[in-house]
Amino acid sequence: MKKLLAKDPTNIVITGVGGQGNVMASRVLAGMLVEKGFCVTIGETFGMSQRGGSVMSHLRVSPKTVWSPQIPLGQADIIVALEPSEALRVMSRWGNPEVAVLSNNRVVYPLGVITGDYDYPEEQKIKNIFAKLAAKSWMIDATSIAMEMGNPVLSNIVMIGALAKTGLLPIDRRAFEKEINRSVAADKRGANLAAFDAGAKMV
Amino acid sequence: MSAANKEVLFMGNEAIARGALEAGVNVAAAYPGTPSSEVIENLAAVARQRNLYVEWSTNEKVAVEVAAAASFAGLRSLCAMKQNGVNVASDFLLHLTASGTRGGIVLVSCEDPGALSSVNEGESRYFARMLEMPLLEPADFQEAKDLTKWAFELSEKIHNIVMLRSVTRMSHASGNVICGKLPTKIPQARFVYDGPPADPLTGPVISTPVGVKHKLQQEKLKTAKELFEKSPFNKYIGPSKPQLLMITSSACFLYSKEAVSMLNLQNRVGILKLGCTWPLPTKLLKKYLRLTNKVMLVEEVLPFMEENIKVLAASYPKEIGVKNFYGKIDGTFPSVGELNPDIVAQALAGIMKVKYKTLPVSHVRELQKVAAMIPPREQTFCPGCPHRASFWNINAALKLDGREGFVCGDIGCYAMASLNPAIGFYTVRTLHSMGSGTGLASGFAKLGMFGFDKPVLSVCGDSTFYHAVIPALINARHHQADITFVVLDNAGTAMTGFQPHPGLTLSATGEEVPAVDIGKICEAIGAKVEVSDPFDLEATTKKLNAFMAEKGTLKVLILKQICALSPEKKGKRQFDVKVSEELCLGDACGCNRLCTRIFRCPALTWDKIKRKAVVDEVICAGCGFCAAICPQSAIIKAEVAAS
Repeated sequence: MKKLLAKDPTNIVITGVGGQGNVMASRVLAGMLVEKGFCVTIGETFGMSQRGGSVMSHLRVSPKTVWSPQIPLGQADIIVALEPSEALRVMSRWGNPEVAVLSNNRVVYPLGVITGDYDYPEEQKIKNIFAKLAAKSWMIDATSIAMEMGNPVLSNIVMIGALAKTGLLPIDRRAFEKEINRSVAADKRGANLAAFDAGAKMV
Repeated sequence: MSAANKEVLFMGNEAIARGALEAGVNVAAAYPGTPSSEVIENLAAVARQRNLYVEWSTNEKVAVEVAAAASFAGLRSLCAMKQNGVNVASDFLLHLTASGTRGGIVLVSCEDPGALSSVNEGESRYFARMLEMPLLEPADFQEAKDLTKWAFELSEKIHNIVMLRSVTRMSHASGNVICGKLPTKIPQARFVYDGPPADPLTGPVISTPVGVKHKLQQEKLKTAKELFEKSPFNKYIGPSKPQLLMITSSACFLYSKEAVSMLNLQNRVGILKLGCTWPLPTKLLKKYLRLTNKVMLVEEVLPFMEENIKVLAASYPKEIGVKNFYGKIDGTFPSVGELNPDIVAQALAGIMKVKYKTLPVSHVRELQKVAAMIPPREQTFCPGCPHRASFWNINAALKLDGREGFVCGDIGCYAMASLNPAIGFYTVRTLHSMGSGTGLASGFAKLGMFGFDKPVLSVCGDSTFYHAVIPALINARHHQADITFVVLDNAGTAMTGFQPHPGLTLSATGEEVPAVDIGKICEAIGAKVEVSDPFDLEATTKKLNAFMAEKGTLKVLILKQICALSPEKKGKRQFDVKVSEELCLGDACGCNRLCTRIFRCPALTWDKIKRKAVVDEVICAGCGFCAAICPQSAIIKAEVAAS
């Protein structure tokens, strides 16, 4: 299993906006990887994160050791974004020609856009940047499917399902099921599994 | 709970809590503060199972007192706080370190370099030196657990409190931890005080006679130092003859290790990682300082280790030689903000004269173009936050009043009302420590004899009220300071994760407890008290204006409305809110986009094509307050039927 990692450490950034379930997504993903025997270091900033700011979790996955909870600039291997402009924000600092980007397409407007001081880049423009500056990229509509399932916050799990399907990491549905059986209340497991499956169908 | 030998993913604070459990902690007390709060939350969650007493105390000083009582009775105890909490506790700590302790007691200080969720970049390590207590700093998650456990043993050995310092990137980061055994013995509390007055272990627990106790305190520190010389928590990684020695602690050890690896300097640079940072283990440091004359100090906030190591090195020039130090003092590292692997690698590359590998220039240029087109994402009050409504009320009342009144702020989410662009109507003009807003307001209100004539308001949250506002309020009443004090009561310590406080009927461990009523306290002080719902714009503004107009008395307005993120309220909308396309005049309205430009709720957005306001149904919390602010009444709210 350990040979399935692209490099040591494999660096993953999960990003989004406060309230999108970023921290939960990083914990679920890390839980699956620890269960597989990897040493995972997660660095995250919360506290002020629920108040509309950008949220970012750095995951370092290694067969053997603890790494810094902050990924060096330009060294992300995988970027998972719950919000598209946040994908760009992370790319602009941690991106490199080999990075893989998986992004939700649902926009959460920053204050400056709401007030009219800034423009939000159009979806096609963001897709073009992904195509030009990332080695692989996927843009999916995770929030719509999560809303159809009754709760937009499930977008984070839709994204994890999609991430598993990309094959970038040694994670699968069985590992996810095991992780949510451990960490999620029994009455919410069904919805999480359905969200994971929906995500897997989107890439 | 995880079994012994099981490898699990723990957040730093969870690892600290586990270490305390493995040490057999009996009592834990704290006041919530990011990034420390999860230490107590994790202990509270297993309190019943592990037979612990756990509480959220009124403030940090009380928390240390509660923990110290357990120590005096022979039990093991822990108290936790964020960096500035140590300031609050420091008066008691000065006397506690002099009187000494009995059962193992550990003070966990979780600091926030870079102020990621603080309004200061405080440094508590100097307290260890100033108050003469041992200081430990874990450098990874396994150590966070193991060092906490050892801290209890050390405390019990020297009979004094031990300080364990963590940082956000340790407390809120996570990593693999192998669990140890949990003890099974349940100790009995017994406080012995009838021995000789000068005997700290059987006599009364007091800091006098000062000469005797102070001397004893310093001997304890010497014992700790001897133990530090051999501690496995101090370790050296690197070649036997390094060209440069990095000395570091805490999360900076991980940055240093990564920087050495990024630059491939494993054969040229050594790292001395210290887990025991005060008092410094002299023999150990001499041994490694001898290896090279280039010494780099990697640490965050103030140059604490740097100063101490320089003093140590200056004492043994013949044995260790003359050193070139690279740290914060000579500008190798920035003097403020947190560090990261890049900052350390850049500094190291400069001194070692190696190339710091970066991306292809063309790619960097493209990424810079991307960076320029991303709109910044500023923090603001959440959708449905009662604070946005409260400050809208306050701002409206101040405008109606017309005398250029202002608000003295305090610590909580509501501190964001001092920021532009969090809201477009910011009114908070001072922001300092907990409770200081009301103390400052009390002072401003006494400046009338020097021609000062503006109405003064202060605000504080419900948890802050109990923590530090009461003395300031008594001061205002006693000295007839004419202020309007507004309590932003959102039913919990919301910013740090809804920990209970004395105003609620639930304890940290879920037991029913009596609530202490804020209004009654204010009335007992002699204030005129009113209560209002901040979502009721008309009634609240009216009350505020009446208070501001009334002279010569202390006025308290309690604005009650539960935090939109609280477990009771989250996801439950009171109203469906929509903007009527027919009624909203958009750009043509004289309001100049009051709702999106000034009110700034993330759920009220601007449709660039239709040129009208629109509600984002995914993030709207359904508070309905915005319906009251639209001059065209174009924002329509409809009560959601109870399901």
